[in-house]
Amino acid sequence: MSREDQLVSLSEHVLEEAKKLGATAAEVNTSSGEGLSVDVRMGKVETLEYHRDQGLGLTVYFGKKKGNASTADVSPQAIKDTVEAACRIAKYTSDDECSGLADADLMATEFPDLDLYHPWDIQADEAIDIALNCENAAREFSPLITNSDGSGVSSYRGTNVYANSHGFTGISKGTRHSLSASMVAQDGDSMQRDYWFSSSRLPDQLDSPESIGKQAAERAIKRLNGRQIATTKVPVLYVPKMARSLIGHFTGAISGGSQYRKASFLLDTVDKQIFPEFVRLHEQPFISQALGSASFDKEGVALKDKDLVTDGIVKSYLLGSYSARKLGLQTTANAGGVHNLSLESTGQDFDEMLKMLGTGLLVSELIGNSVNGITGDYSRGASGFWVEDGEIQYPVEEITIAGNLKDMYQHIVAIGNDIDYQGNTRTGSILIEEMTIAGK
Amino acid sequence: MNDPMNLAQAAILEPAGLTETDLDQVFAKLNQSTIDLADVYFQSARHESWSLEDSIVKSGSYSIEQGFGVRAISGEQTGFAYSDEITLDALLESASAARAITKSGTSLKVKGWQRRENPQQLYLPNNPLDSLTETEKIALLHLADKTARAESPYVQEVLPSISASFEVVLIADNQGQLVADVRPLVRMNVTVIVDKEGQRESASYGGGGRYDLTWFNKEQRVEEYAREAVRLALVNLEAVAAPAGSMDVVLGNGWPGILLHEAVGHGLEGDFNRKGTSAFSGKVGQQVASKGVTVVDDGTLENRRGSLSVDDEGTPTQCTTLIEDGILKGYMQDKQNAKLMNTSVTGNGRRESYSCLPMPRMTNTYMHAGGYDPEEIIASVDKGLYAVSFGGGQVDITSGKFVFSSSEAYLIENGKIGKPVKGATLIGNGPEAMTRISMIGNDLALDSGVGVCGKAGQSVPVGVGQPTLRIDDLTVGGTA
Repeated sequence: MSREDQLVSLSEHVLEEAKKLGATAAEVNTSSGEGLSVDVRMGKVETLEYHRDQGLGLTVYFGKKKGNASTADVSPQAIKDTVEAACRIAKYTSDDECSGLADADLMATEFPDLDLYHPWDIQADEAIDIALNCENAAREFSPLITNSDGSGVSSYRGTNVYANSHGFTGISKGTRHSLSASMVAQDGDSMQRDYWFSSSRLPDQLDSPESIGKQAAERAIKRLNGRQIATTKVPVLYVPKMARSLIGHFTGAISGGSQYRKASFLLDTVDKQIFPEFVRLHEQPFISQALGSASFDKEGVALKDKDLVTDGIVKSYLLGSYSARKLGLQTTANAGGVHNLSLESTGQDFDEMLKMLGTGLLVSELIGNSVNGITGDYSRGASGFWVEDGEIQYPVEEITIAGNLKDMYQHIVAIGNDIDYQGNTRTGSILIEEMTIAGK
Repeated sequence: MNDPMNLAQAAILEPAGLTETDLDQVFAKLNQSTIDLADVYFQSARHESWSLEDSIVKSGSYSIEQGFGVRAISGEQTGFAYSDEITLDALLESASAARAITKSGTSLKVKGWQRRENPQQLYLPNNPLDSLTETEKIALLHLADKTARAESPYVQEVLPSISASFEVVLIADNQGQLVADVRPLVRMNVTVIVDKEGQRESASYGGGGRYDLTWFNKEQRVEEYAREAVRLALVNLEAVAAPAGSMDVVLGNGWPGILLHEAVGHGLEGDFNRKGTSAFSGKVGQQVASKGVTVVDDGTLENRRGSLSVDDEGTPTQCTTLIEDGILKGYMQDKQNAKLMNTSVTGNGRRESYSCLPMPRMTNTYMHAGGYDPEEIIASVDKGLYAVSFGGGQVDITSGKFVFSSSEAYLIENGKIGKPVKGATLIGNGPEAMTRISMIGNDLALDSGVGVCGKAGQSVPVGVGQPTLRIDDLTVGGTA
């Protein structure tokens, strides 16, 4: 029996058992995956790990009461214990009008081939060679690279099955491979570490080991001899990898949980102007080979393309069936999160973005997370570069950047076309008109 | 039957039908002459949690985590494989995979298994999941809900949760040692959302430790968590914008010890120092903090969240002095890094689960008390910040830059506590900030037992603590 057939039959068995114990509805998620990861450091293998994971998570409903249980042990006894535990728990939870499976007529019926499964038939020795090449390229890049925190290759393939008592069964298979390097640069007393990586569902779409090693080395060196600047208010440009977090705060604020609990700085914002008119944020679940692609959400609901923001106006919350019922709305097929978000660019490349920044701060790294989801108050540790008249001057460190997200969103000046395609959110660099920098 | 070894035998080996002879077979594969250290870590854990929302029992969950991890170390190299199926076949297969890290050597036989008694047992090996009935567990949540709502008319929503876990581990190594530990852990958390004329805030408070759930029924703990969460949220409703810039900061006692965890703790973990990637590398014997500053990592405190009778490599935990009177004394070590650095293990080898490799990790990290009265410390500051509670923190161990996020803080003006300010990030450089500690209070306290530390994707429970401290010139990341 193939892995997916095994998981499908396990899922059916679990749903059957839950029904026998009196559950009126149930949903189950089973998964199985395997992988290899190697890390090398200073020219030698440091770790060689073989991964093999299995898991099962079950939610049972007894009318409007529910119980959850999960197990990483899928022996018959553990599965029996898990089903019983979920049913026992459901006896003690309260009737909740909004609980239950997503409506049957919303289940996905089409399962397009999204081309997400590309196993990498790689042996440990080959993976080690790739990692060594990557690290060598970094260490040979400059004498300022004095130490290495290692380079690694990892490859993972997994199968997930979601099934529920509507009779829905959905299978998703996917692979994910990555290559990374983390390098230490030193100049006198200044020591800095930085990293770079590439990840993809297809092994042959990974960036070359040499380019990743060089990037990691170059980034660490650029951070050397950073200065703390004086406290000031200036424009701030987030590089794409950091800009992504600004969208993360937005999706958190429009998620069903924070909306129905009234724990969001963007309460009741559908149809309201939150961003400047040029901002469009859309979700595209069906992009071929993309990391966030899928055809159904965590409740089996069919996904579809949609805009979260059009012309700066919020068009939709992110709801699963539970939060939708709490709000008297329809699920948006976002149980479990979003699938490939893209923030449309205003057309400038990175150099043009720097010119638009003029004199201010380019943020290349964020640390810590003092972001208040209820008020939108934002304060994070940062490092990056001081920019004058569009030219990078020197590295900056040990500062914080602060503001309020509502203000920051309204004062987005431009979104670069230097889009980072790695990950579930695609955006270029984002320029914010003004933030408070705390330093000396 | 309350002996950890018997419990581990019954929970792990017996159900799988495994005997010492089977372990001999596994180690015959694993224990090659080219291997310095090999071990098998068996784990069987059960977790349960319950939560309330809208004053009703919204959800409950139960989970089973069970499996083993096999590790073989040769010098700096580690081979690792794990499985959630505890069977002889899976053990043998994983042993072959793990030892692939080195060339085959002569196979060495383990000379008889020594079932080692733990020299210390810091918590009772009782299963907290069974310590209360479901009805009693839920009653704790309702008590928190009721207390919080009675505390203020502005309370809009109360989200109490409780969790309990029971973990049995058994560690077998190539020295023939068999060590077992049985680890209970409980935690309760109360989050409240308040609304005063449309202005909203939330706050959380809680506690826990290596107890069973009856611990929450004592000393009005549940009521305390609920009241404290409401108090914090109400304080923040009145908060003004936090200041921006460098200023003198007074940190309260207890949980603000997160400063030590971030500013020095991680930088003193053996792996980073063996690799020379920490801002504290090569500084043993040097002055790295102000005189009077003594910081320890102590895994031996009874029932504390960060405590362990033995670490995840079977080494008994200890109280390790990291900094004594400002001088760096040593690092926290696991077996591999201690060997490579030619020093002793300190009982800091920890892992999130059988599916992760152990690393040097903190247990309970705290600073010893000094001589100042806390009020004297606040009175000494003209203009600054008094930060009492924190959300979390992070550190870049190579550059030494650390941050932590205040969740309750006040302005200090002319030596007096003033208005509350909004949450803000505080940022500093570990080795530098420690030398700017100018006053140490006499009020050492440990946190209430909710800390979680993340490193390389692995989370483990930890504790922190400190007396009230004054640090000169720390950067506060507000907007005012």
